[in-house]
Amino acid sequence: MRDRFAPVVTRLLDEDPRVAVVLAEIGVDGFAEARHRHPDRVVNVGIREQLLVGAAAGMALTGLRPVVHTFASFLVERPFEQVKLDLGHQGVGAVLVSAAASFDWPAGGYTHMAPGDVALLDTLDGWTVHVPGHPDEAETLLRHAVAAGDDKVYVRLSLQSNTRARPVDGERLRTVREGRSGVVVAVGPVLDAVLDATEGLDVTVLYATTVRPFDAAGLRRATAAAGTDVVLVEPYLAGTSTAAANDALADVPHRVLGLGVGRAELRRYGRIDEHVAAHGLDARSLRARIGGFVGAGGVVPAGG
Amino acid sequence: MTIIEERTRTYGYTDLPALMGLMTGDEKHGPAATSTLDVLWVLYDRVLRVGPERADDPGRDRFLLSKGHGPMAYYAVLAARGFVPVDWLPGFGSYDSPLGHHPDRVLVPGAEIGSGSLGHGLPIAVGTALGLRAQGLDEPRVWTLIGDAELDEGSNHEAIAFAGPAGLERLHTVVVDNSSASWARPGGIAARFEAAGWSALTVDGRDHEALYAAFTAPHPGRPHAVVARVEPKNA
Repeated sequence: MRDRFAPVVTRLLDEDPRVAVVLAEIGVDGFAEARHRHPDRVVNVGIREQLLVGAAAGMALTGLRPVVHTFASFLVERPFEQVKLDLGHQGVGAVLVSAAASFDWPAGGYTHMAPGDVALLDTLDGWTVHVPGHPDEAETLLRHAVAAGDDKVYVRLSLQSNTRARPVDGERLRTVREGRSGVVVAVGPVLDAVLDATEGLDVTVLYATTVRPFDAAGLRRATAAAGTDVVLVEPYLAGTSTAAANDALADVPHRVLGLGVGRAELRRYGRIDEHVAAHGLDARSLRARIGGFVGAGGVVPAGG
Repeated sequence: MTIIEERTRTYGYTDLPALMGLMTGDEKHGPAATSTLDVLWVLYDRVLRVGPERADDPGRDRFLLSKGHGPMAYYAVLAARGFVPVDWLPGFGSYDSPLGHHPDRVLVPGAEIGSGSLGHGLPIAVGTALGLRAQGLDEPRVWTLIGDAELDEGSNHEAIAFAGPAGLERLHTVVVDNSSASWARPGGIAARFEAAGWSALTVDGRDHEALYAAFTAPHPGRPHAVVARVEPKNA
């Protein structure tokens, strides 16, 4: 879905004179033509990620809508204080668009993995977080993010993707399957695996592509029919949204299982699918863990 | 004549120690009590095209105080120039006061940025210069004030190394050098700016005419740095 980033934002540069793109070498080639047309609104600061975010904040202070892009590790983690102060404390907004996600380049190793990006942003106030699960959804959510006034918006792009796109509105959970014995929330690119894993289980599957603000009302509605056993499956650090789900159900007895990328550093290279499996996020592992949590009552006899 | 002009006339350079005294309770502040006082005064009195009446004017100059520590001189100058009511000064640092020990742009009229954590002002100033240029606003000049020890922060060097080759002519940095960096070489500050393609001048940071001349020196096609040397912090 990262291949949609430059074409979509190039069109937005043409349409809206407030839009500016700030890069730190990563992704520069995709904006070669846009940079030719808008030399002052496509800026590459070199390999300087503190400046990347600081300069974006300065541009926002003059009234522009900066779109800032690099790998998640270098966009959120390395310049985290700039994200906290230069955007949040200064009271200005930007759209941060990351690539590489939790382990899109496993052969690149841990330095290029950022499973903690969303959890880090959770320490700050006022961020919207979009996690598209398909290139078409990425396009919709990128447009949504840029159009969101002066909000602070994070768009997490990944090479991992579901086979087909679903309608996304930039706000709410979407019901994909309905059941009576638990609710499984699948975030972005894990949806296909979650649907495979829950085949034959009597659970509701909700699809989340906007995780902050968390759609607490949507989760509550789903639990009315499906009960308050909730499993979260997230393509980043396991448990990142557990507190949000707990808060949504604070006044009713409930159980929450948070699945996602493990904290422990694997120190492995290889392929994406090998890392998906190592973190227990493949359909087979998910079925065992979700099935175990919702209990035997959730299994339809014909299911596997 | 506007009220603002009358206020400007009412408070001059010689009033600044008394204004600072309102914040600290100490009536005997000399100019040396704060390293930034003379630089701030010359900028606000003679260089910056700013004022409370044009706080939202896109064409105003921008002054970004990066060295947010010890902001009494800054608040005194903002009060003298009519941005901040003088009767705010005695509350300095208290729970209900907009004036903290580090400035917050959301709370302080005339403050373009909040600061306190070192090394943020110059990168934001780079972005401000880029943002103004992208909107065809060629008149406003962008200034940031940093300390010599603040220059230890690597984020400054990201900004310095970018702004020179990028030719950000509207960008200006004044480094107030009170020899507070633990590790420094003589002439090292100006040399680092010059190596990155900036225009750089080093002057006596207490000499108002020298400061004014350095602040207004032409620097076509390049950003401009002024190193304002004052008495050592620990002397």
